[in-house]
Amino acid sequence: MVVRAAENSTVEMRGVYAKTLIDMARSDSRVVALDCDLAAPIGIIGMAKEFPKRLIDCGIMEANMAGVAAGMSARGCIPFTHTFACFQSRKCLDQIFLSAGFADLNVKFVGSDPGILALYNGASHMGLEDMGVLRNVPNLTLLEPSDSVMLENLLRQVKDTYGLFYIRMNRKNATTIYEPATDFTIGKGLELRKGRDVTIFASGIMVEQALRAAELLAAQKIDAQVIDLFTWHPIDRDLIVRSAKETGAVVTAENHRVASGLGAAVASVLLENCPVPMERVGIGDVYGEVGELPYLMEQFHLRAEDIALKAEKAVARKREQFTFFSKF
Amino acid sequence: MLDSKQETEFEILAAEIRLETFRELAELGFGHIGGAMSIADVLAVLYGGVMKIDPENPAWEDRDYFALSKGHAGPAVYAALALRGFFLKEQLKTLNKSGTMLPSHCSRIHTPGIDLTTGSLGQGISTAAGAALASRILGGDNYAYCIIGDGECDEGQIWEAALFAAHQKLDHFILFVDANKLQLDGPVAEICCMGDIGEKFRSFNWHVQTVDGHSVAAIYRAIEAAKAAVGQPSVVVLETIKGKGCALAEEAAAKGQGIHHMLFPDQETNRREIARMEQVVSDLKAKRGSR
Repeated sequence: MVVRAAENSTVEMRGVYAKTLIDMARSDSRVVALDCDLAAPIGIIGMAKEFPKRLIDCGIMEANMAGVAAGMSARGCIPFTHTFACFQSRKCLDQIFLSAGFADLNVKFVGSDPGILALYNGASHMGLEDMGVLRNVPNLTLLEPSDSVMLENLLRQVKDTYGLFYIRMNRKNATTIYEPATDFTIGKGLELRKGRDVTIFASGIMVEQALRAAELLAAQKIDAQVIDLFTWHPIDRDLIVRSAKETGAVVTAENHRVASGLGAAVASVLLENCPVPMERVGIGDVYGEVGELPYLMEQFHLRAEDIALKAEKAVARKREQFTFFSKF
Repeated sequence: MLDSKQETEFEILAAEIRLETFRELAELGFGHIGGAMSIADVLAVLYGGVMKIDPENPAWEDRDYFALSKGHAGPAVYAALALRGFFLKEQLKTLNKSGTMLPSHCSRIHTPGIDLTTGSLGQGISTAAGAALASRILGGDNYAYCIIGDGECDEGQIWEAALFAAHQKLDHFILFVDANKLQLDGPVAEICCMGDIGEKFRSFNWHVQTVDGHSVAAIYRAIEAAKAAVGQPSVVVLETIKGKGCALAEEAAAKGQGIHHMLFPDQETNRREIARMEQVVSDLKAKRGSR
């Protein structure tokens, strides 16, 4: 069973990314890493010591990197590409779509500093819509690992699973959510906290906020279920529907634009299967800005308090509906 | 070295590629005739003997890889593949028809023998470079070949890939530029002038050759020279004529009519063109027989 590890323990994700990739490269000669002049910031530059030919720093040419990776996989390599999430999605959509996607190839795209995590790089570097952009590529599995334990586990699964993947990844310190050796199934969400009144779906940095929101809600006698929905596509329909039926109210929390992200995906499932009051926490129709993480979390309404407020609203709407229908 | 017998075989294959390509497009009634005809000769050399391929096993891991970056000329590649036995010639009649395995632009999941998917200009050069790089990493001795158009050189990705391939010293990557000097809206020189394409590649540290793109012997020699160039990728600029070998297209082009995407409305004219092209093939075969 999944258990939340000691609070406030954090692990730097890039270190885990690099260590895992190098480890996989040792056991599988097909594994190669490609980067666009960000090999140092993601930590993968160390791979050059052991595998100088298998770390390919393309220079600053994201579209070409995506195409080269597609061609390498056609010839039998397993390429992991990396650049910032904003560029991996917005700059490479056509190449990912055609050279890799439509061609049914075996490429693993990694985008770092997703959403507001671009911090001091600001609006130009904030991939607030990376998952939404790439959601348009059929058969591209979209993942947002929530901590370093999940990141390592998913990287290994992704390496061993033929097909297209996109991993949006916090490059820096991430709060540890999972115990070591936790099992994760791609396409299946994980219930981190049981609850009867409202379900909160989250992934990435929002999982920690969702868990804190559940504590805030508990103080108000609202019993919140928290689910880590780290696979955005294909989305876990069964779990979403089952949870909505059990709690009758849903909140999604994402470090992404709500218009095209997790909230949109969950809303589609609910609308078609089990419409219940739903509220979304995430970024609206705005551009990013520079700042420190606490400021940005507040500015874009991504804090536990924001989630709790939306949860209260969803629960209130559920109760209003119940009151309304009970009149008849 | 290329002997005259092999040269004639290449010429026959090129003429057959033109004939089958014309048949495909005439059957459909429209298509990218100009850019398909201009690459028939290089395709004949590649598929007629230079490329390491196995029609019985298109997915043979140790084959040479090919990307038609100017993916709209797919019908010419399909003709080459059918003539080499990757699939039945009968299939060529299904070009672009519902449920076909031969879509207008090259797709690796649909067509046996197509290695890389193209259709968005600028992309095939990167995937072919990737195949060359992967071969080197995996310890293979395969070559990756790619054809781009001169109009396609407008795309920024071409120059990203050019810089990348040279830096990576991909000497098993051989690129052809089909320099037919026309793009969809008009002459390349007027739409967005490329200047001297060979010089541009030379400045990117490529091994550069410019040859008559309708001489199979010149193309063959250029490939041999490209293979001899160690430590750098090779580009062969093919001086070509858009629509070459299709009288209808060549006449239309001479009148200044666009032949990038052409209609074939008149069955009688099509039949005459096919008869003329069949004659070219049989004349070449007679040349083979008389030797």
